[in-house]
Amino acid sequence: MRVLAALSGGVDSAVAAARAVDAGHDVVGVHMALSRTRDQFRTGSRGCCSIEDAGDARRAADVLGIPYYVWDLSERFEETVVADFLAEYEAGRTPNPCVRCNEHIKFAALLDKAVALGFDAVCTGHYARIETAADGSRELHRARDAAKDQSYVLAVMGPERLARSMFPLGDVASKSQTRAEAAARGLSISAKPDSYDICFVADGDTPGFLRDRLGSRPGDVVDTDGTVVGTHDGAYAYTVGQRRGLALGRPAADGKPRYVLAIEPVSNRVVVGPADELAVDELLGGDVVWFGAPPAGEVACEVQVRAHGAPAAARARVEDGAVVARVDGGLRGVAAGQSLVLYAGTRVLGQATVTGTRRLSGVAS
Amino acid sequence: MTAYLDHAATTPMLPGAVRVLTEQLSRTGNPSSLHAAGRAARRVVEESRERLAASLGARPSEVVWTAGGTEADNLALKGLFWARRTQDPGRLRVVVSAVEHHAVLDPAFWLAEHAGAELVLLPVDGSGVVDVDALRDELATNGDRVALVSVMWANNEVGTLQPLDDVVGLARRYGVPVHADAVQAVGQVPVDFARSGLDALTVSGHKLGGPGNVGALLARRGLELTPVLHGGGQERGVRSGTLDAPVLASVAEAVVEATGARDRTAARVAALRDDLVTRVRAAVPDAVLRGPADASTGGAADAAHRLPNNAHFTFPGCEGDSLLYLLDSAGVEASTGSACQAGVPRPSHVLLAMGVDEVDARGALRFSLGHTSSAADVDALVEALPGVVERARAAGLAVVR
Repeated sequence: MRVLAALSGGVDSAVAAARAVDAGHDVVGVHMALSRTRDQFRTGSRGCCSIEDAGDARRAADVLGIPYYVWDLSERFEETVVADFLAEYEAGRTPNPCVRCNEHIKFAALLDKAVALGFDAVCTGHYARIETAADGSRELHRARDAAKDQSYVLAVMGPERLARSMFPLGDVASKSQTRAEAAARGLSISAKPDSYDICFVADGDTPGFLRDRLGSRPGDVVDTDGTVVGTHDGAYAYTVGQRRGLALGRPAADGKPRYVLAIEPVSNRVVVGPADELAVDELLGGDVVWFGAPPAGEVACEVQVRAHGAPAAARARVEDGAVVARVDGGLRGVAAGQSLVLYAGTRVLGQATVTGTRRLSGVAS
Repeated sequence: MTAYLDHAATTPMLPGAVRVLTEQLSRTGNPSSLHAAGRAARRVVEESRERLAASLGARPSEVVWTAGGTEADNLALKGLFWARRTQDPGRLRVVVSAVEHHAVLDPAFWLAEHAGAELVLLPVDGSGVVDVDALRDELATNGDRVALVSVMWANNEVGTLQPLDDVVGLARRYGVPVHADAVQAVGQVPVDFARSGLDALTVSGHKLGGPGNVGALLARRGLELTPVLHGGGQERGVRSGTLDAPVLASVAEAVVEATGARDRTAARVAALRDDLVTRVRAAVPDAVLRGPADASTGGAADAAHRLPNNAHFTFPGCEGDSLLYLLDSAGVEASTGSACQAGVPRPSHVLLAMGVDEVDARGALRFSLGHTSSAADVDALVEALPGVVERARAAGLAVVR
């Protein structure tokens, strides 16, 4: 196959590309330039966006003996991922930009261009497995190494794009194995630190980034009964479930810590309350993507709402095209905008974006 | 078997230059040393200087060896600016064409940002020819405040030969020194430093069949230049650093060979280029030849105003990087012609200055021929091109969608 290997400049994508070469594919390396104002050197734990990272990617391609190109997808990235990130926070939701990047950039703009240029597949360093079912359809599974599993952020791509994807690291036992393999292959980036911050937010300072781009918008922080208990500089800087950084002047009557329960963008209010009011029983999800046919009735599954969150047992059903997942024992701190991924064992059933939550037990005791 | 159509980026070393370099490499001796080994090395350096000067109509004392064209351009821009400003603090205006190579443009911008220079960019017409009237106006208005003028001999992207006689004629009336980056011109068209009337001229080794990382600034005797590199005081005290005798011998040999064979090579290469242009236009009818074209022959390259080895097209609906990748896969090596910025291919400042819109400029490809080019190279390109353009167009649409 003709394979386009996306090379970020990090260890994972380089080893993934090396494995694709070993498998006998005709591999070409492409580094995506996602910002036009790039720093010379890598800073903090951002993974891909400096000129140094592009140089690391190029060096890896040279070691593997494959061609290397830089594709400028910065405009598309700004229009989709960054713009969506800002709009979602502005609307009081909590977006996952890595999911949006996989949806709009890696497995859309990059993949479409690759296919048009004659490639059969795009290979990335994501930790997830692709299995072929008995009927020939492709299934997305959790990686062998649960700690590195990235199936959560990949599920958004859906089955058609999965069929043109390749994740050679899905069966790696651990990240240290990837690093050892990189060292054995003579890849100089084998000891490069992991990246985990949002790539376009300098210093990992998301509130600061939002303040720069959205400006200051002061408003009230209120209790569940509407009593003003504090002020804020912009509701976008708060996330449901957040406890730290509330800076409330008055302590709660019961002395217990307060959490963000809701963001109300129209009235520009942040609602806070006790921890037990964070618990929800049902998650509602829109923009649903199914791997295989949608479930006819109720299906037992596990749900995950954060990239590194623990999965929770649930029963899911489809209502008017949306997903309704009833979580056994409830979940705490789920915000609209988060990605909801449904699993059956290691297999991804589907993915949706949380549009709302329900509490079935009335006021929690 | 690959077809190498990127001689303007770098061209294979001439056999004589390889021979001289390898013969000299085992030599010991710093040309600045006074003992026998040093004297022998010095002799090689000076003979090389004389050979290079003679080939380019310069005097040996006018040759300042540098580590390549970029350094020579930096020395010309910064060295002239600082020297002129020292003589007359009011001379702050740096006048350069909008289509200069980055090795000229970026020092000019740097001087404006960091050294108080006032940058004047001379516009060009649709073929990339500098607007001489704009220079005339600038000199008429600010003649006593201009530090220097720098206009390239030939453009590296679209091959446009600039009207340097007019530029020099105008600047001389105001006593303003003129520098020309002739990196692409030497070995392609006649370059005679004395006859040109220029005050400074840049030449680069690897663009004409010599080794890389070596070049020279020809600087008129008596031209004041403030050094960029300070140190041991070599090269009139303008460019310090131990000279590399083997490399200088090799580059001198390359200049002698390239200029000696120039007319013959240029005629052969121009014929190949004309064939390339005709066949590319036939294979991809909506491809647009950029740079000087001859309207009377239906848009062939304008031989009188263009480098003989240059062809440059934009392919509507295509991205240059897609074209490059697809051609590379088909064994054809070309270039978009413009430098990457931060590793990202950007629309060429040359094309934008010529009035090409940004979308069209993204589909640019430069084909440049040289002394090793053959009809088979053109055949390979023309055979691959229709399929490549079709694919690149589909990929362009995939991303626009």
